[in-house]
This record gives sequence, structure tokens and C-alpha cells, in this order.
Amino acid sequence: MADASTPAGILATQGLSKSFGGLRAVHNVTLGLNTHELHAVIGPNGAGKSTFVNLLTGHLRPTAGRLFLEGRDITGTPPWEMPRLGVARSFQRTNIMKSLSVLENVRLGVQAVRLPARALLRTPRSQAYLVEAARRALDRVGLGAHENAISGVLSHGAQRQLEIAMALAAEPKVLLLDEPLAGMGPEEGERMVALLQSLAREHAVLLIEHDMDFVFKVADRMTVLVEGAVLASGKPTEVRANPDVQRAYLGSPA
Amino acid sequence: MSGPHRMLPQSRWGWLALIVGTAVLAALPYFATPYYVGLATTAMIGAMLALALHLLVGATGLVSLGHGAFYGLAAYVVFLLSPEGSARPIWQTLPAAILVAGVVALAVGALSLRTRGFFFLMVTLAFGQMIFFVFHDTKLGGGTDGAYLAKPLIAAFGFEINPLDFPRSRRAWPAYYVALVQLVATYLILTFLLRSLFGRVLEGIKVNEPRMLALGFNANRYKLAAFTIAGMLAGAAGHMWSLQTGFVNPELVGWTKSAEALLIILLGGIGSLAGAVVGAFAFYGLGEAAQLITERKLLVEGIVILVVVILLRDGLVGIRLPGLRRTKAVAADAARPEARVHG
Repeated sequence: MADASTPAGILATQGLSKSFGGLRAVHNVTLGLNTHELHAVIGPNGAGKSTFVNLLTGHLRPTAGRLFLEGRDITGTPPWEMPRLGVARSFQRTNIMKSLSVLENVRLGVQAVRLPARALLRTPRSQAYLVEAARRALDRVGLGAHENAISGVLSHGAQRQLEIAMALAAEPKVLLLDEPLAGMGPEEGERMVALLQSLAREHAVLLIEHDMDFVFKVADRMTVLVEGAVLASGKPTEVRANPDVQRAYLGSPA
Repeated sequence: MSGPHRMLPQSRWGWLALIVGTAVLAALPYFATPYYVGLATTAMIGAMLALALHLLVGATGLVSLGHGAFYGLAAYVVFLLSPEGSARPIWQTLPAAILVAGVVALAVGALSLRTRGFFFLMVTLAFGQMIFFVFHDTKLGGGTDGAYLAKPLIAAFGFEINPLDFPRSRRAWPAYYVALVQLVATYLILTFLLRSLFGRVLEGIKVNEPRMLALGFNANRYKLAAFTIAGMLAGAAGHMWSLQTGFVNPELVGWTKSAEALLIILLGGIGSLAGAVVGAFAFYGLGEAAQLITERKLLVEGIVILVVVILLRDGLVGIRLPGLRRTKAVAADAARPEARVHG
């Protein structure tokens, strides 16, 4: 990667590192995400992909390096402030409020970023704009017809879609999606691919994935992490041709 | 839309039951002996404390063993403000009791909410016991024996209701009706909170706190607000205790008061706000009944509560006539995996 002093891209990292005791989970990662671009981060299990996302969302504090949003240093921002700044995420393992309705899950996401504190004691009914924004996010992922369902009874694939709607609720500039296809069947997977491609037209999307074939299909750019460090980064065709990548992926089943 | 809050009545019938219950309580002194009027007042005070705690237990998923301390602390505030012989009106003592309980709850909450689950339970217990020992081991509030205080005067805007002006058989009535008004007010305040967008955040935190954090909620700030409001409402209940009995002792501040409130919630129904009220009347009624039939009152109480908690997953309010099933049965079933308590 280039070592520019002001990193390019809407969300950018510079020498981002995280160690747990002696284990270097993420080491010196510098990369930038651009709007209208789907940037995939791939790597074998244990390569530090999820740790990397958790560093981007403030769930973990880096041991070294910096995080920039639109050129502004936001290192150390707590996770609950990130959606308001325009950075939203989904989780690798489905993480929703299972006993609440589909709509309520997303409405809470809208409330988190859009409700002024003085309206906190008003009823949900009085703040119709929260519901409208939540419905837009649900329509976007194709769950509009299921808004009244209790989210815990949805199929696994629909729950994955809900995860993304919850991230979209913040109307973010940057979407961080941690393995959105995990556990999906082929048909659901196809729909998710189409959704991801359409999302990338409006957002900067960072996609964490370990399935290389899938990434080659959807990514505009990709970064390969191995043992927490960047092995290669660039267009999918370039990365595929990279001998280091070929060696790494032959060595360890992805 | 999101539908009524899970802990509030799910249909008009539920609200109707609450209104009928309130009407029965309002009429009770006319057909009960003074002794039972006093017992019902005690039950209503227990219900207020349990309701306050339910904002944490049922609505937010936080189990505190410290709220009995805020309850007792408020009673001691009344003692310190108006010791025996120098009574003050309720409009002075009640706000003072609520304020002190709230400020202390804010400080205790700010420190204890750094922990979760079991540790949170233990830290709230430890803070509660610290407050207990302040009153138990110092002369501040009469020491271990407790002390008499001047009951707050039921007076405001030039009106005054003096129990001594009533015939002997009706002297317990003023305190009873003040307690009833305060119980209804406590329920309505909590209803207002639960129905609000604030209440929806607490619900989200109860179900899945990490996700709420990632959605953009500073969960600790919401939990601290709930903890403090619960402390203030517990303080209001403690004030009512002083108004009824005119007496304080360290037992009011001890952890058993918190445990009793938790037991009342379990007995009445952990998923329903009204469960705290039903549970309180059941708890005190059970104590009374057990005393009539045996000297082993606590043993009978323990067995009955155990049976209820084991057999009735939703407590006493979960009992339904056949054919009158809860409308949100599906929602309730989906909620089961989350029914465990989060710290």
C-alpha cells in the first residue's frame, strides 16, 4: 500500500495494529475505502478479518495506528458514536433483537442516529419519520412485507437481510459487512449478491469474506489478510495473479 | 407499528382489569377492618418498591439488590428532616426524600453499572449494605434500634388532612388513600416511560445490549437513567413507609428489603408491570394467611412462592381463563430465549 501521510478514501486506516498479549491479530494495516466501491477483505480463518472490522467500529481500540473518516482522525471513538458519524456495521453471527418485530429492530437503528434527545419521552407513534425511514431500509433489502413479523422467527437468510437493514437504518456513508453470506443457501446467496452490488453504488462498502470465488464476483477492490497483515491489495484480477496469494491459498484451505 | 410495550396490558381487557382493581382498592376501607386497611397500605408500599425495581428487572434486564437501600434511605431522610415532635408537610418531605434517593442512586449506579450480570448484583448489594451500616452503626438515625419520626403532614395548598380528626376506626384511612394515589401515580409514570422511545431503548438493551451499542446507543447512559429513576421511585415508596408507620429502623435499608421486592416481582410475574402489584398483595396476603394457620410462617411462604415460580412461568398475572389466551402468544414464545437476565 501507498504510505501517504493523509490517507485517501472516505474511511481509511494507517498502520492499524492490534495485539492481544503476544498475538498480533492485526498488524500494520493501511487501506482506504472509497464511495461507490465494494472493497472486500479476505483471508483464511484466523487472519484477523473480524478483529479488523472491530477496530474500524471502535469495538476494539488499536494498539497502534490511526483511523480516519473523511480525513478526520477518529481513532478511539466509542462504537455507539460510529453510526452517527456515518459508519454502520453488520455482524458475522446474526445479531438482532429476536423478540422484537422486524420493523422495531430497524426503527431502533433509525432512532439511535436521528432522534433528538428532547424527543426521547415521546411515543414511537408520534415520531412517524422514524418508522418511514425504517420502512425504506426494509424495502431496500426486500423485507418490506415482513415488518410485523417477530424477527426471531424469520428464516436465517431473512435474518441476514435484516442485519443489513439495521445497518442501513443509520443511512451511513460506510457499510461494514462481516460475512453477510455466512450460512446462506445458494438462492438466498444470489439475492444477497445483487443487494451488495446495488449497495455499493451508493455507499463505501467493506465486505469481510473468506470465500474467494464469491469475492471475485462482487468486489471492485480487494485486500488479502494473512496472519493479520496485508499480503496483497488491488483489483481482483491483480490479486488473483499475485503469486504470494496463490501460495497462501494453496497452503491453507479458505 | 410496534404495539403496546410487552410489560403493559396487551388489550383493553387488561386495562379494564386494572381500573376495576383500582376501584376495588378505593372502596376497600368501607368494608374492611382498620387492621386490614393498614395491611393493604403496607402491601401498596411493597408494590411501589417492587414497581420501581421492575423498571430495572423487567424492562431493562438489570437485577439490583441495592434498591431497598434507596427505599430505606428516603425514610431516614424524613426522620432527619422531621424528627419526633416537629412535623413537616408532605410537599417538603416527599421531594426531599425523592431527591436524596435519586442523587445517591445516580452515584451508586454510575459506579456499579461498570460491571455486569452477577458482579452487578454483588456491587449493588455492597453499596446497599454500606448505606445500611451508615444507619446501623452510627448515631445518625437512632442506631440499631431505629427511631420515631414525625409523620409528614398530609397538607398542601392550605389543605390539611389530619388523621386525628377522624373517628378512631377511620384513622388509617388518610395514609391508605395517600398510598393508593401514590401507587397509581407510580404505575402511570412507569407506563409513560415504557411507552416512550426511552422505554423502547431499555427493551432493546434487555434483549440484546451489544447490538444496541453497535446501533448507536450509549447503553450505559440509558441504564443509568433507569437505575436513577428506579431509585427515585423507591425513595417515594420509602417516604410512604414513614408516613404510614412514623418509624425508621436499619432493617428498612437492609438487603432483605431488596430481596423481598425481587420475590414480589417473581411471584406476580416478571414479564408484566402489574405483576409487581399483584405480587405484593399476594406476598403480604400469604404472610397473613400463613400466620393464621402456623407458627412456621416463613416456611409456608417459601414453599408457596417456590411452587408458584416453578408452575407459573409468568407469575400470578400469567394465569389465564381458558379461551382468553394472551394475544401476543407468538411474541412471548419468540422471547423465551431472551428471558434470561442480562447484566
